[in-house]
Amino acid sequence: MSTVYHDTQIENAKVALDAVGVTYGSKTAVSGVSLRIPDRSVTAFIGPSGCGKSTVLRTINRMNDTIDIARVSGSVKIDGEEINSKSVDPVVLRARVGMVFQKPNPFPKSIYDNIAYGPRIHGLASGKSELDAIVETSLKKAGLWNEVADRLDQPGTSLSGGQQQRLVIARAIAVSPEVILMDEPCSALDPIATAKIEELIDELRENYCIIIVTHSMAQAARVSQMTAFFHLGDLVEYGPTEAIFTNPRDQRTQDYITGRFG
Amino acid sequence: MSSDERQAMNTNFQTHTVKSFGEELDRLSDDVARMGGLVETLVSDCLQAVMRRDGDLADSVIERDRQVDQMERDIEKRVIRLFALRQPMATDLRMTIAAYRISHELERIGDLAKNIARRCRVLNESEPHEMTRSVDRMGRLVVSQLHEVLNAFSAGSLDDAHSAMKTDDEIDEIYNSLFRELLTYMMEDARTISPSTQMLFVAKNLERIGDHNTNIAEMVHYVLTGEDWRRDRSMSDPDRES
Amino acid sequence: MISADRQSAVQKRLLKRYRDEARFRAFGIAAIVFALAMLALLIGSIGSQAISAFSVNELTLQVTLDAERVDPDGDRSPESLRRGSYNGLLQDALRAQFPDVTDRAQLRDLFGLYTPLVAARLLNQVADHPQSVGQTIDFTFPISDHADLYLKGQITGSDSASLSGGFTIARQDGRAMIVSETGAFATVLDAVRADLDLRADALEARAARYETRSEAAGDAARSEQVAGDAETARVQAAALRAQTGDDSGDLELTPQLPSRLVRIAGGFMAIDTISADGRTVSGTFLVSPEADASDEAEILSLSVPQADRRFSDAQIAWTETLVARGLVREGFNTWLFTNADSREPELAGVLGAMIGTVLTIAVTMALAMPIGVFTAIYLEEFAPKNRLTDLIEVNINNLAAVPSIVFGLLGLAVFINTFGLPRSAPLVGGMVLALMTLPTIIISARAALKAVPPSIREAALGVGASKTQTVFHHVLPLAAPGILTGSIIGMAQAMGETAPLLMIGMVAFIADVPSLSLDGLTEPATVMPVQIFLWSDGAERAFEARTAAAIIVLLGLMISFNALAVFLRRRFETRW
Repeated sequence: MSTVYHDTQIENAKVALDAVGVTYGSKTAVSGVSLRIPDRSVTAFIGPSGCGKSTVLRTINRMNDTIDIARVSGSVKIDGEEINSKSVDPVVLRARVGMVFQKPNPFPKSIYDNIAYGPRIHGLASGKSELDAIVETSLKKAGLWNEVADRLDQPGTSLSGGQQQRLVIARAIAVSPEVILMDEPCSALDPIATAKIEELIDELRENYCIIIVTHSMAQAARVSQMTAFFHLGDLVEYGPTEAIFTNPRDQRTQDYITGRFG
Repeated sequence: MSSDERQAMNTNFQTHTVKSFGEELDRLSDDVARMGGLVETLVSDCLQAVMRRDGDLADSVIERDRQVDQMERDIEKRVIRLFALRQPMATDLRMTIAAYRISHELERIGDLAKNIARRCRVLNESEPHEMTRSVDRMGRLVVSQLHEVLNAFSAGSLDDAHSAMKTDDEIDEIYNSLFRELLTYMMEDARTISPSTQMLFVAKNLERIGDHNTNIAEMVHYVLTGEDWRRDRSMSDPDRES
Repeated sequence: MISADRQSAVQKRLLKRYRDEARFRAFGIAAIVFALAMLALLIGSIGSQAISAFSVNELTLQVTLDAERVDPDGDRSPESLRRGSYNGLLQDALRAQFPDVTDRAQLRDLFGLYTPLVAARLLNQVADHPQSVGQTIDFTFPISDHADLYLKGQITGSDSASLSGGFTIARQDGRAMIVSETGAFATVLDAVRADLDLRADALEARAARYETRSEAAGDAARSEQVAGDAETARVQAAALRAQTGDDSGDLELTPQLPSRLVRIAGGFMAIDTISADGRTVSGTFLVSPEADASDEAEILSLSVPQADRRFSDAQIAWTETLVARGLVREGFNTWLFTNADSREPELAGVLGAMIGTVLTIAVTMALAMPIGVFTAIYLEEFAPKNRLTDLIEVNINNLAAVPSIVFGLLGLAVFINTFGLPRSAPLVGGMVLALMTLPTIIISARAALKAVPPSIREAALGVGASKTQTVFHHVLPLAAPGILTGSIIGMAQAMGETAPLLMIGMVAFIADVPSLSLDGLTEPATVMPVQIFLWSDGAERAFEARTAAAIIVLLGLMISFNALAVFLRRRFETRW
């Protein structure tokens, strides 16, 4: 089924998907997804469970590689560079494309080590003081510094759910990514923690290309500038969030957004 | 609005997953339709009162306008409640906004009808005016336009809304010619100045009702298409001209 | 409204449900109580048997290290000292305690109070301290197992009673008599008569049994034979009855009757005749008295007749005398933990087996842990999921269920016969046990790796860690407690294994403690469970207690191993 695109000019496309399809064994998860995602903005992927939005998200940092039976077709480009080509090392790619998951998953290590791990394995810091600086700026960017500055040596798992999720975001920021993927980052959080994360996402928008998968349409409406609606493995509609939420063009989008899914 | 009509409007919707949400939306559009019905009778009654020089009917119009105000407040409350509790999206959002705006327009129409009814008392003190027929013709047109607009809202008919908008141009034309004629009368005979002025106000109010009808038609257009009519509307706005 | 009918039905069902629940709970509690009771019974029975093995009676003798006998060459060199006659010294020391024992047979009995093997300890002691040659030293060694068991009351019941009234000792024709003017021996006389009656009763009962059996037997020859047996028993019973019935005749104590010893004036006499008037007992002095008359005497009744035990009246008398002289002391059995296996129970210890176990388990751990853990990591984290890996997985699971003796056969065929590795060596034992434990470790390690939440893997991959970094930086540390627990349980299982080791010759009798070093790996050794198996087969009665003691030691080792597993788990467990 063809996708409805709202006629919006996306000039600085950071991520461009072209006819992306993913199959798990004999099961087709998504097919024919073409999207141009602008830089320095938040793009939300919405849709009912199992619609393939997370799968599409995971093609952007080749997380599907870790699943044996997953096969990705089509083209995914970041800054015009094809990331599915053999010459691109997924490990390097994942440093450029950070990811935040549904459940806060800090490493069972200290707060400091959680942030420092990425820079360490990528050799981003040449000394202890530089690493300290990375940890501090990452935590500050994630709005967590004031809350944890005096207990960096405590385990990351001792923080509250919302703090853990911000820690995870700080961890993603620490490796200076260009794109940050968020897979339902607030689904395990209370509304206040969610609000903090949303505020953080809005701040991060200035510097990163953020793609967020969410089940909460209200959240998508609140944080995103662009919204893509997926249904049964198809990209149904893609356009500015405002247009999608006030005037969706496809009946399926309409029904999903207004809560009339049969 | 009858249930058949509502059915007609909802044909392209599946029922809402949260039933009470769907019911609230239905009640909102019901309320707007009922208010519309009431306002429609007000307009035709005030016209009747002027035509038949019926002071009592005029009083009843003034009295019933309070009911219209009350209905507007009820709809407003309902809309606020819906926004606070349901956060309507897409068509629901447009529907809710439209209900709020339409109820406001209807309230304004009610006020104008009341205004016309007030003029009725003054007109009754003088001789019957010769221009009453023309005003009556204009009034009928306005009432039929209002009827058409309300139909468009209830049935979700874009064609009706558009034809109502076209009617507005006609009303404007009648008003303009009425205006010139009344001017002529007043210049010919100074004694007719007072009733003619009253008649002019009645015509002006009818013209304003026509404008409000057009606004409602625009809202119906917005609900149905999601697009703003005014953005592409031509410059022929009678309000700006006068 | 619910009708009353329905309400009562609901009520009934509810009650039934509560009853079912209560019943189920009661069953559960009963099962646990039963299990605990059985455990207590098991531990209790082993423990009560083992307890006597943890104490030992030690004899301390003054040994004069006569230079000529200890050091034939006179140069105090180890070679010379090793040729000395240490057993002779010990014999002399013991003879010094009982100078009047001269008869060869009696001397042999006397020297039976210790094991000649302790002479080797004396030798080592002298060799270590050559300057002690010529001096008189106190030498302590475990008393023989029979004496030890006697002192622990496990050979015969003994009962002592004091007699008083003035006794004189007389000797006549090499026989000795103790005369009591007051007829103090009358009580003994009665007791002996009672013994005789008991025996007569037993014999008559046996005769009666034989007679009925003879009548029942269909075969004439068999019937006749049994009848003959019955007749013999009757005659013997009649003879005994005659003795007891005859108030005037002297009573004779045969070796078939419970012995009675008289302790008088520091000497011991075994009674063989008691005069009918209870005034005189006669017999032989096993230990000479220090005086010819005494006001006090003590009568020692030994419930098991001399003929029925392997520890003679004389040996009992000597042992009692040594105890009375304060030369025998009961103490904690350190020998059990400092000696290797021995044919002599009093010298047998578990040290050799414990070191053998340590060496074997060390080999097992060194082989099975890394191989098992890395196999698990590869299969769980890296291996593609295909038919081959499925097959491997199924085979690993099956291997875990293979009887352990099969691994022993494999070890015998491959390690010993093909590779020519030494028999009975901890190296081979460890390798066999490693093969046996590998599946357990792989399975438990895989389970531990599986239990690590995938979110941690995603997190690490998400910040750009490679697969290997993810596994070694994050997954393995989180799985470590589980892997460790599984491995230690596998090790504990290996530690308790006997069957595969039997196949590779670790069942041998090894009297030397293997050295706790790399060389020890190829020396013959045995392990705890095999030691238990060997002792349980031991001919000497004293091995019974030692078997139980070794089981307790093994259980202790196992419990500490498992405690270590629990500790490590608690220590390294991280919550996520």
